[in-house]
Amino acid sequence: MNALISTALSGVVMMFAGLFIGNKQRIKFVAIVVLLISFAANLAELSTIGAGERTLYGMITISHFSILFNAIALGSTLIYFLLSGSAFEKVGEHVSDYFALIFFILSGITLVSTFSSLLILFLAIEIMSIPQYILAGADKKTPKSTEASLKYFLMGSFSTGILLMGIALIYGATGTFNVAELGLGAGKVNTLALCGIILMAFALSFKVSAAPFHFWTPDVYDGSPTVFTSFMATVVKAGGFIAFIRVFHGAFVGERLTADWQLLLAIITAATLIIGNFTAVFQQSVKRMLAYSSIAQAGFMLLAVISMNTFATQGIILYAAAYSVATIGIFAVMIKLKDYTFDGFNGLARTQPVLAITTTIFVCSLAGIPLTAGFFAKYFVLAAAVQQGNLLWLVITAVICAAISAYYYFRVIIAMYFKQGEAETAEISGSFKLMLIITAAIVILLGIFPGLLLQFI
Amino acid sequence: MPVQYYIFLSIALFCIGVMGVLMRRNAIIIFMCVELMLNAVNLLLVAFSKMWADAGRVDAGGAQIFVFFIMVVAAAEVAAGLAIIVMVYRNSQSVDINIMNRLKN
Repeated sequence: MNALISTALSGVVMMFAGLFIGNKQRIKFVAIVVLLISFAANLAELSTIGAGERTLYGMITISHFSILFNAIALGSTLIYFLLSGSAFEKVGEHVSDYFALIFFILSGITLVSTFSSLLILFLAIEIMSIPQYILAGADKKTPKSTEASLKYFLMGSFSTGILLMGIALIYGATGTFNVAELGLGAGKVNTLALCGIILMAFALSFKVSAAPFHFWTPDVYDGSPTVFTSFMATVVKAGGFIAFIRVFHGAFVGERLTADWQLLLAIITAATLIIGNFTAVFQQSVKRMLAYSSIAQAGFMLLAVISMNTFATQGIILYAAAYSVATIGIFAVMIKLKDYTFDGFNGLARTQPVLAITTTIFVCSLAGIPLTAGFFAKYFVLAAAVQQGNLLWLVITAVICAAISAYYYFRVIIAMYFKQGEAETAEISGSFKLMLIITAAIVILLGIFPGLLLQFI
Repeated sequence: MPVQYYIFLSIALFCIGVMGVLMRRNAIIIFMCVELMLNAVNLLLVAFSKMWADAGRVDAGGAQIFVFFIMVVAAAEVAAGLAIIVMVYRNSQSVDINIMNRLKN
């Protein structure tokens, strides 16, 4: 609740900051300060809930899980502001508005992690989505950016319509919007509820870009300004997964998903993994490769949605953190480069050794190499799926896909260290390098001690 | 009137909306079809609200509140969406989504 209020207020503050503060560096500074306040306010909530949960009028439930996820989202955004905040100026004039929109997205994310009514779920997803449509088109003069914005907008509002139809049908079948009271896991469900759940699953797959609803992702991520792609592909996507996992784990409480459900979601997961990883192999642009890699990583996070146990909850938290931090890092390095193709990274190790070594760490984390956060993230979601029992074929598919993913991630490393070339970069300040090193240190720290995060659940 | 009539009517409206989104090429018409989908949902929610109120649930009014939220969100979507469509029109002098395939290079 604190996080929701403070992020929404921060958004308003940032809108006014643009009126009163002319200096763009100072606007960035204000944004970082209000974000830190939100972060502290979120942690202060811990003392009010004690060991249990706090429910507000049946609409919002605040638990340790939600506070932890909010902290991860706000923390990743902090890293994002510190690393890429200066790049906002290159997109357009209205820097403070971009910060304001990001704060509004964050308030949507804090709702996504706390909703206990389908009404709030719908509002949260909309609050997350609408600012994104605007951010995708922030570069108004570039046709690519405007097209990405239109495409995202049309696809997003279409999937909202489908989500709403799902919610309406579930309401017709059960008479309640409260996720915990839906009780869809017990026994037979009637046709209305069945259609409703299918529509909701489709709409949420749209939002997290799971196959076969992923087709908008590469175009939108490629067309949007790179700074904003970095945010959309990480923090917002993690928010989508929290929505997914909370709906499914909440509505089927105490019961396992029936075999049919599991099969439907398992097929979506397998398709996401295979399509994401195989298409990423053929990309020439690193930005587009990261768009497909985000689809592939979505497949791994879906493993946690399917298998409903403690491993899955821990896995999704760890995955959200590991994936967000590493991807924000890679994007921050990429923004500094002139050329987004793999060739643009050629010889980076010679010209900018710090950038090269940190990028290597981020890429290793995405590929799931031990000693980085990505390894334990993958370990937890795979362990969750193994514990579930009857999903061994899916686990094997996931492991094979993880091996394939190493190929296209390591192409970046090969380009940096073993190819000849002069990677052209923008001017790189000492503080940027320091932030990159700190970010890489977080990735390694989480890779050695995942308990640092998981002890809070 | 039985609630089934409302269900069939709103599902028919919803399907018209979905078909419109999938088949039309003009961004504004696609957008109108999305609005049609949302309004189909509004009708359905109100019908279900009446159905559950008749069945004796005291909290059935919640669905009607939901409808107001959908209207507000739809208005916010219109505000953002029409601005985006105008922006695209300024750049390419057209709102046909077939020219959008420039992104797929």
